[in-house]
Amino acid sequence: MTIEWQQYASTGFYDELIDGATGPRPAARTLCEYLASLSDEELQERKTAAELAILVMGITFTVYTEGGSIDRAWPFDIVPRIIPKYEWDRAEAGLKQRVQALNLFVDDLYHDQRIIKDGVFPAAVLAQSVNFRPQCVGINPRHGVWAHICGSDLVRDQDGTLYVLEDNLRVPSGVSYMLENRVVTKRVFPELFEHQRIQPVDDYALRLYDMLAALSPRPGNHPTVVVLTPGIYNSAYFEHSYLAQQMGVELVEGSDLEVDDDDCVYMRTIEGLERVDVIYRRIDDLFMDPEVFRPDSALGVPGLMRAWRKGKVALANAPGAGVADDKVVYAFVPDIIKYYLDQDPLIPNVPSYLCMREKDREYVLAHLKELVVKPANESGGYGMLVGPHATPAEHKRFAELIQKDPRNYMAQPTLALSTSPTLCDDRMEPRHVDLRPFILSGPNIHVTTGGLTRVALKKGSLVVNSSQGGGSKDTWIVDTEGL
Amino acid sequence: MLSRVAQNVYWMARQIERAEDTARLINVNSNLLLDLPRNTTFGWLPLIFIVGAEKLFFEKDPNRLADQSNVVKFLISDRDHPSSIISSLAAARENLRTTRDTVPPEAWEQINALYIYARDHVPTRRGRFEFLRRVIQGAQQINGLLAGAMSRTAAYDFVRLGRYLERADMTTRILDVRSANLLARAGRPAAVTPDPSDSGQTQTQTQAIPEPEEQDPFESIQWMSVLKSLSAYQMYRQQVRLRVGGPDVLKFLLQDECFPRAVACCLKQLEICLRELPRNTVPLAGVSALKQRLNAAAAPTLVHEELHEFIDQLQIGLGDVHDQIAATYFMH
Repeated sequence: MTIEWQQYASTGFYDELIDGATGPRPAARTLCEYLASLSDEELQERKTAAELAILVMGITFTVYTEGGSIDRAWPFDIVPRIIPKYEWDRAEAGLKQRVQALNLFVDDLYHDQRIIKDGVFPAAVLAQSVNFRPQCVGINPRHGVWAHICGSDLVRDQDGTLYVLEDNLRVPSGVSYMLENRVVTKRVFPELFEHQRIQPVDDYALRLYDMLAALSPRPGNHPTVVVLTPGIYNSAYFEHSYLAQQMGVELVEGSDLEVDDDDCVYMRTIEGLERVDVIYRRIDDLFMDPEVFRPDSALGVPGLMRAWRKGKVALANAPGAGVADDKVVYAFVPDIIKYYLDQDPLIPNVPSYLCMREKDREYVLAHLKELVVKPANESGGYGMLVGPHATPAEHKRFAELIQKDPRNYMAQPTLALSTSPTLCDDRMEPRHVDLRPFILSGPNIHVTTGGLTRVALKKGSLVVNSSQGGGSKDTWIVDTEGL
Repeated sequence: MLSRVAQNVYWMARQIERAEDTARLINVNSNLLLDLPRNTTFGWLPLIFIVGAEKLFFEKDPNRLADQSNVVKFLISDRDHPSSIISSLAAARENLRTTRDTVPPEAWEQINALYIYARDHVPTRRGRFEFLRRVIQGAQQINGLLAGAMSRTAAYDFVRLGRYLERADMTTRILDVRSANLLARAGRPAAVTPDPSDSGQTQTQTQAIPEPEEQDPFESIQWMSVLKSLSAYQMYRQQVRLRVGGPDVLKFLLQDECFPRAVACCLKQLEICLRELPRNTVPLAGVSALKQRLNAAAAPTLVHEELHEFIDQLQIGLGDVHDQIAATYFMH
């Protein structure tokens, strides 16, 4: 049975490709017609080709709990998710605005804290932030930028509005999958790229390298940039290795680096010690330097903070940038944008209830069954309560957690996340998606074209994290002008 | 190139070579035993000493019987023995896992496949030859893949350093099997077997066969076995053109610069690789000194303990070269 779009229905949700009333949306028309022209067999062939490409290219991700066999093939759906260019242009401007304001905010927090003095941001929130690093106070990273690489998650509600769901300013991952998904899709549907204006994504590694090189404390010289990984057992190791390879720089572990008496960072090579200028670090703040943070960290480099503080090495992202990567701070982002840029946010936040506010807390406790409750400082979908899907025991446990530590929790209405057609066995079915674009900030700001579309492969599921049964799709920004 | 990466590919290559040569070591002993007269009982214990694992072997049970089954199991599939074939392959795989990008992906797949084969096939007595053949062949495939598809950068030099150092060392150990055999047959306690009072293991293994070596009808057949186990028979015949005799074989396997499993050839390769690398003064001098020692020896006339001691010296020299390479490139 070939695909008949008339029979595809995503009842109650906004679908990215198909308008329930009129059929395929303009930007998706070429794709949908093409897919419908394929026989069942041809469609399966494409799917097999994609799986084979993923296997051959060795695209994997790691799951913590799998013991011996830590690599798993990356779950991928061949049907791309499409966003028209005019809509993406607006989102891109909104993301730039947001990240610019967030960087100003972080810089302010580590200096004069004007935003607190002016009463826009409560001192109490900062006081309890687990990601504020007093060791970073007074430091001036180049260009005033702290979060050089930011991954902000966008979701779409029932009515089609795009919201920012969260900002990841610590060590956001997923960009390698965005790049590899495109390579796979080009192999599977080459003819579609010939006849459409699909915006390219391939220049990310070059942009990343240029941004990192621009942070070098020794401008003029050819800077030595490295990617610092916690090692093979990290869930994003594939990405660390991929990005290092794509940028043509060394992938180092903490034990490869040392800080000498001149406060410069060196890597151990067969030629002897070689000075390192810029470190794209993919390990958490607290593991970076046992002299300053966790003394038991074997992943870090003793003296790294000293080198950074003295301006001898650039760290991306800067330690302490995570202070803005907090689900309670998130709720203040619209105010933050207004305060620093005197602009209204171009992309709205999802309405949020802060449990630290008495009124909000009462509302949350009374409506736990409808809400999604998130701890302030977790990522990857861990430690969350999805009200409508949780048991009464879980509701009770979260009510206790919230009352014990209200600052640590915020809640949002359960969003009717948009769907996108996904090939399930031999049928096209709606599955929920989100989108993670990546924003690079150095001397200027660059946003990836689209981003990584994550899809909850289980029917009805809203959880898109790869560690919890999610997969991904290629994301097309299609120029429909003149169509 | 990062020191850690250099160290990893060096060890990866050593461990692949060690797996291959351990397979050859077991083959050589099996063949010798088959060729010897029925009443010969020198057996399998010498292999434990030759790979330097006597402590480990008797650690758990001082009265452990060093018979065929136990020794072969120890050398092939014992995970507690770090130089067993399975441990070597597992370690090679682990070393490469963190530095996968340095080799062509097919090489990683091949190493993975070889490890999985060795893990899933614990050989029976009858299947042993086939198993060892597969291990040797798998290791050669990996070498071939690297030779055919790996750029000639420093990483490749470290692969070769590891391979040739290990190979030189293991060739001397394989020769030691033969020397142990000779010593045992000469009726003296073999230099490589411990004092019987130490382990109580060796009484039956040092029984004399009072025939003088020169008249041994099995002599050439045994040396042929050694050559064949090192894939050296054909090359030996081409180069030496004499009947297969002990002194000539020793000279060939120790001092020939052309046959790639001969110690002299391995040392020559080490020199070639080291010349490509920065800061090579110390390790180059080390190899050069070892080469001199090797060439100065009148290997053919070495017999019995002298041969064993000479081989011991070579192994210590190779250990020194490893230390020099490690100190130069891996530490700082």
